[in-house]
Amino acid sequence: MKYFPLIWSALWRKKPRTIYTMLSIVVAFLLFGMLQAVAVGMSKSFEISGADRLFTAGKFSFTEILPLGYYSRIKSTPGVQLVSHASWFGGVYQDERNMFPQLAVDHETYLEMYDEFIVDEAARKEWARNKTGALVGKGLAQKFGWKVGDRIPIQASIWPKRDGRNDWEFDIVGLLDGKDENAKAQAEVLLFRFDYFDEARQFGQGYVGWYLEKVSDPAQAGSVAAAIDRQFANSPKETRTDSEKAFNQAFMKQLGDIQLIIQSILGAVFFTLLFLTGNTMMQSVRERIPELAVLKTIGFSDRSVLALVLSESLLLCVIAALAGLGIATFLMPGLAAKMPGLYMPPEVWAMGLGVAGLLAFIVGFPPAWRAMRLDIVHALSAR
Amino acid sequence: MGEAIVSLRGVLKHYTRGKQTVEVLESLDLDIARGDFLALMGPSGSGKTTLLNLIGGLDRPSAGSVSVAGERIDQLSSGQLAQWRARHIGFVFQFYNLMPMLNAERNVELPLLLTRLPAADRLRRVRVALEIVGLAERGGHKPSELSGGQAQRVAIARALVADPTLLVCDEPTGDLDRKTADEILHLLQTLNREYGKTIVMVTHDPKAAEFATHQLHMDKGRIGTGEPL
Repeated sequence: MKYFPLIWSALWRKKPRTIYTMLSIVVAFLLFGMLQAVAVGMSKSFEISGADRLFTAGKFSFTEILPLGYYSRIKSTPGVQLVSHASWFGGVYQDERNMFPQLAVDHETYLEMYDEFIVDEAARKEWARNKTGALVGKGLAQKFGWKVGDRIPIQASIWPKRDGRNDWEFDIVGLLDGKDENAKAQAEVLLFRFDYFDEARQFGQGYVGWYLEKVSDPAQAGSVAAAIDRQFANSPKETRTDSEKAFNQAFMKQLGDIQLIIQSILGAVFFTLLFLTGNTMMQSVRERIPELAVLKTIGFSDRSVLALVLSESLLLCVIAALAGLGIATFLMPGLAAKMPGLYMPPEVWAMGLGVAGLLAFIVGFPPAWRAMRLDIVHALSAR
Repeated sequence: MGEAIVSLRGVLKHYTRGKQTVEVLESLDLDIARGDFLALMGPSGSGKTTLLNLIGGLDRPSAGSVSVAGERIDQLSSGQLAQWRARHIGFVFQFYNLMPMLNAERNVELPLLLTRLPAADRLRRVRVALEIVGLAERGGHKPSELSGGQAQRVAIARALVADPTLLVCDEPTGDLDRKTADEILHLLQTLNREYGKTIVMVTHDPKAAEFATHQLHMDKGRIGTGEPL
C-alpha cells in the first residue's frame, strides 16, 4: 500500500489520456458484461436442465407433434418415474414485440417435473380448479403489469380456436418463481392447461409437442432413453429421446452459435483495446524514462520498477473493468424488464476481472520490461 | 587526511561506440575522506560525471576497484547495488528530477519507501528533512508550484532523508541563478559542516567550487591538481 500514491500519481500524469483510455476500457467491459450475461444465462439454462430429466420429441424435427397416446406407453417404460408433456403455443401479448414462451402443459405433472419452480399452494389449487387458468413468471407479470385474477388475451400465431379466432384468454391464477437465479430465469414463461388447449384448438387434437420423463436412476438415463425410442421405432411418429440438456443445446444451435458470435464480438473489441491500451502504457512509460531512472538511482531495484509499471497497468484496467461491469450490472434490471431472466451472474464479474488482469499484464509487460532494463546513466544523460 | 570513505584504485572506464572505444577515465586513483566536501571540476568530457556515477554506484568501472564505506561496489550485482545505493547514497541532480505528480513530502518520502519504517515514522523523517532545507511549510506543494531553488531544496531533502553515507551532487546549481545557487551551496556547506555529511559535487562553476573544502580538477580522464581551500 505504501507504493499506492506513487502508482496512482503515475497513472494520472496525463489526465485526458488516462480518462480516454479508461473510457474505452469501461465501454469494452460494459459490452463484455452484457454479452457475457447473455452467454452465461444461456449456458446456465443448459446446466439447470435436470440430469434425471429426459426429453422426447419427434425423431426428425422438434416441431413434429407426438400422439397423446404415447403418454401411457412411456410411463410404463422401466426406469421412468414420472412423465409429463408440453406443447409450444407461440402467441404474442397485444403486440408482436411482446413475445415470450407460452406452453400448454399437463398441469397434473408439470410442476412435479420442474420442482425447481416455486408456486404457492393456493395457486396450485386454483390452477387445478380453473381450466383457463395460467401461471406466469414473476418478471413477466411485472413487465406487463399483470396480477393474480387478471384475464389476459394472447394472440395465437399457430393455433387458432375452433371458431377460427386467434384470441385466447387466460386467467392468471398464480405466479411462477424459481428456487435460484437460474430457475428464476427459466420460470419466465406462461404455463396453461393442456386440456383447455386441446379442447379449444381448431386442429391437432390428441397430439402434444414433446414429452418429459423423470428417470429413477440418472445413471441409467441412456438406456431408458433408448428403451423409449425402441417402442416407437418404425411407427409413423418415431421419437428421439435425449437428456434435456442435450436437447436444449441442440435447440440453441439451431438459432445459430450465439456463443461463437458473442466471443467473436468480444474478441474483436479486446483485440482493438489491446493496441489502444498498450499504446497508452508505452507512451506513458516513454515520457517517464528520466523519472523511472531517478527511482532506480535512489535504490528501487529493476524488479520493483517492473512491478510498479505492471501495477499501474493493472490499476488502470481493473478500475475501468469494475466501472464497466458495474454499469452493466446497474443496467441489467432495466434490460431484464424487456428480456425476462437476464441478470448479471457472479461468474461474469469473476471472468471480467480475470480478463482485466490478463489485459493489464499483456499491455503492461512490454513497457514494464523496458523500464526494468533501463540503463540509469543513459536515461539520465538523455534528460 | 582522515579515514577514506571513498577509495578508487586503478579505475579505468571506456565506452564502445560502434567500432570505436572511447577512454573516459584512465587508471585513476582517488581517496575521499569522511566529512569532506569535494568539488570535481573540469571541462566537458573530462570524465567528472563518469567518476561521480562510479562513486554513486550508478555505473561500473571497466577495470580497477571502487570501494565506498568499506564495500567493493564494483563487485556487487545490479540488485545488490540498488540496495546499496538506497542505504548509502543521496543524489542531487542539476534538473532536480522530482516526480511532477507528487507533492514535496511524497517526493522526499521516496527513498524511505524502500525501508521498513512505518508511515508515521516516514512522515516524521520527511518533515525533519524539509525543515533542514527550510521548506517545512511547502510539504504539500507540487514541483510545478515551487521555484527552481525550492525544487532543488526538495531534491536535497530527498537525498538526505534516508541519512546516506555520501551526498553525490551533479551540477546542483547548474540550472539556478547566482543568488539561488549561493543559497543552495550554503545549504550544502551547512550539511557538510553541521551534519558531517560527506559531499562530492561536480560543477563547472568556480564560484560553486569555492564552497567545497577541496577541489579536484579533471582533464581527459585524469585527475589534475587538487587545491585544498
